[in-house]
Amino acid sequence: MSDASADFESLEKQAHAASLGMWVFVASEFLFFAGFFVLYAAYRVEHPRGFGVGVETNTLAYGTVNTAVLLVSSYTVALGVHALRNGRARAAAGLTALTVLFGGCFLAIKTAEYLHHFREGIFPGGAGDFFVQHPDPGTKIFYTLYFCMTGLHAIHVTVGMGILAWLAARVLRGSVTPYAPHPLALGAVYWHLVDLVWIFLWPLFYLVPGNVR
Amino acid sequence: MTTIDAGLVFPERTEHRATYLNAAHTVRSWALTTDHKRIGVMYLVSTTLALMLGGVFALVLRIEHLTPGPTIMDSYTYARMFTMHGVVMVWVFMIPSIPAAFGNFLLPIMLGAKDVAFPRLNLLSYYIYVVGAAWVLIALWMGGCDTGWTFYAPYSTQSPSAVVPTVFGIFILGWSTILTGLNFIVTTHTMRARGVTWMRMPLFVWAMYATSIIQVLATPVLALSLCIVGIDHWFDWGLFDPVRGGDPVLYQHLFWFYSHPAVYIMILPAMGVISEIVPTFSHKNPASYKAIVYSSIGIAFVGFGTWGHHMFVAGISLFDAAAFGVLSMLVAIFSAIKVFTWVLTMKRGSIVLKTPLVYFFAFLFLFVFGGMTGVAVATQSLDVHWHDTYFVVAHFHFVMVGGTLTAWLAALHYWFPKITGRMYSERWGLLGATIIFAGFFLTFFPQFLLGNAGMPRRYYDYDPRFQTLHVISTVGSWALGGGMAMTLTYLLVAVFAGERAPANPWGSRSYEWYVESPPPKENFASEPNFPLGPYDYDVPPEPLRV
Repeated sequence: MSDASADFESLEKQAHAASLGMWVFVASEFLFFAGFFVLYAAYRVEHPRGFGVGVETNTLAYGTVNTAVLLVSSYTVALGVHALRNGRARAAAGLTALTVLFGGCFLAIKTAEYLHHFREGIFPGGAGDFFVQHPDPGTKIFYTLYFCMTGLHAIHVTVGMGILAWLAARVLRGSVTPYAPHPLALGAVYWHLVDLVWIFLWPLFYLVPGNVR
Repeated sequence: MTTIDAGLVFPERTEHRATYLNAAHTVRSWALTTDHKRIGVMYLVSTTLALMLGGVFALVLRIEHLTPGPTIMDSYTYARMFTMHGVVMVWVFMIPSIPAAFGNFLLPIMLGAKDVAFPRLNLLSYYIYVVGAAWVLIALWMGGCDTGWTFYAPYSTQSPSAVVPTVFGIFILGWSTILTGLNFIVTTHTMRARGVTWMRMPLFVWAMYATSIIQVLATPVLALSLCIVGIDHWFDWGLFDPVRGGDPVLYQHLFWFYSHPAVYIMILPAMGVISEIVPTFSHKNPASYKAIVYSSIGIAFVGFGTWGHHMFVAGISLFDAAAFGVLSMLVAIFSAIKVFTWVLTMKRGSIVLKTPLVYFFAFLFLFVFGGMTGVAVATQSLDVHWHDTYFVVAHFHFVMVGGTLTAWLAALHYWFPKITGRMYSERWGLLGATIIFAGFFLTFFPQFLLGNAGMPRRYYDYDPRFQTLHVISTVGSWALGGGMAMTLTYLLVAVFAGERAPANPWGSRSYEWYVESPPPKENFASEPNFPLGPYDYDVPPEPLRV
């Protein structure tokens, strides 16, 4: 989005265009995830019991720690934008790099969690020993959706890390400056999008089993 | 400088003027250009090639239906060919045809801007389009896909044909659509020259804006549903498999949540083209500018609430079906507002009958015909009878081909002087428009009768009593194909040998005619200040005919 060029008469107008572009993109991304949320809602209505079993057998500790990691990472990137706006470029680059690090932590924990699922015999598509003990088709679809939605989210985390690492380097090199901080601010918007999606995934997959008994 | 309309000054064409076409001649200067006009031309060439490919499929399919039973191909080939006809026509030709080609070329000029808001992103959209189109061709080379362009689960997750590369290609094409829409929205908001307020934008820009909203909000849902089809086909995860708790009808909901708004991605730009052509050739301001603007926005929003009318027989409740039916009919009201506004615009106008206006007449007849049958199929009790028959095939071809393709041809002729700097032959133009209209009507009108008599769509074989109508339809397709081939030929000749075009051959007041034909690379030497609105034909009172 940062390629708005000399065609703009003022920096302010360029920042406005870039910001509008990013928000339109975020709207588009939300609709992309919305398809999965619709599937989740419809299937949960069809299989309340199977989904309840899924939530109860899911790895709550991993999911909760990851929620905390992501929330802290959103805080650090916001601090980074704030620092850049106040003229502290090195601090901004450092905080952005820290955010990338937290993103890496999230992915590491997520990988460990997937491996844990595989050891328990939970695979996407309803394959694995786990589903012999829990034969409700709703549980199969729950875990398939779980892998699809968290996997799609992990792809977004990876892309966001790439964007933020690139922006941190640009801040260090001086091509994103306190006088035109909007590229970093827009990178942060994308990162918050990633965070916000997870805030919905966390209750749907870990917290709310519903009335299954 | 010559004065074309009293009081309005348009630049005169001079020899050896610097234009966007002769600014540089290397392949690199085209391949890496960020000039919205060159990108528009590249889209125009690419989408035209896609139209030719899809058209050849259509002609071959029609030949297959000359006789009942096998004529020139087996049933599996037939199924793959009608699928690839749909895929190529919908995603590789029609969705980018007007927005990405004409929209790219005209939108910045119509706003008085030098370029779109994100020129490099614009070039990226084009290459994403090329990669997506290439994947569709790879799918074709791998034998094609036989599911129909709708990829209904569960068959699409099990079909032995090349489903995955096809949906992957469409997924990539979707990215191109989203980025183009994003670019246009931001451009319209931020790049308008002084004096070009929202209510002084050309109507084509409004149509592009409404289209872009749909592109940005509907395409990701299609991307997701096709992703799941691809995953289910590849890994067998069964998200739509009833045995594992899935629900195939949910796929239909997701698919049509995109694909019904997508028909407005196809028709709204066509309406925008018509809204430019009618005032120009009537030399009169639109009967109501605001009616056309608000009905475009209205269609864009109501379009998101109509998808269920594709699923009347898929087991949705009576109440849902009734709601979707009523919402669908709202679209007809908005469309009718446009149609009446166009017709009223012509009343007491100073009408000049040129090829683009002839295409408008064809559009008017075919779009109203197609639109009225759309109201008919949105009525649940009638749709149960017509569902999945040739009646529906004829209905959407009347709107998509009779509407969008006709408007695309109108746009091609109307802006041909602006894009190429040459005039096409009016005589050939009128002949081509007549043949195409006759060919179209002959091809698709019998399909209404076929469908009403019970001929199901997508069937390879048919009862011999249907043969007469099928033969008429096939003969009509030859006229349509011949007319298209003739049109593309004389336009191609005109690109190189046509008479030089003046800046404003039609005597229009719209902003794109203030720049020379073809426009210079920068569009405007400095930020333009348009003396009049795009349709102020009543000031001064008597525009001069050109």
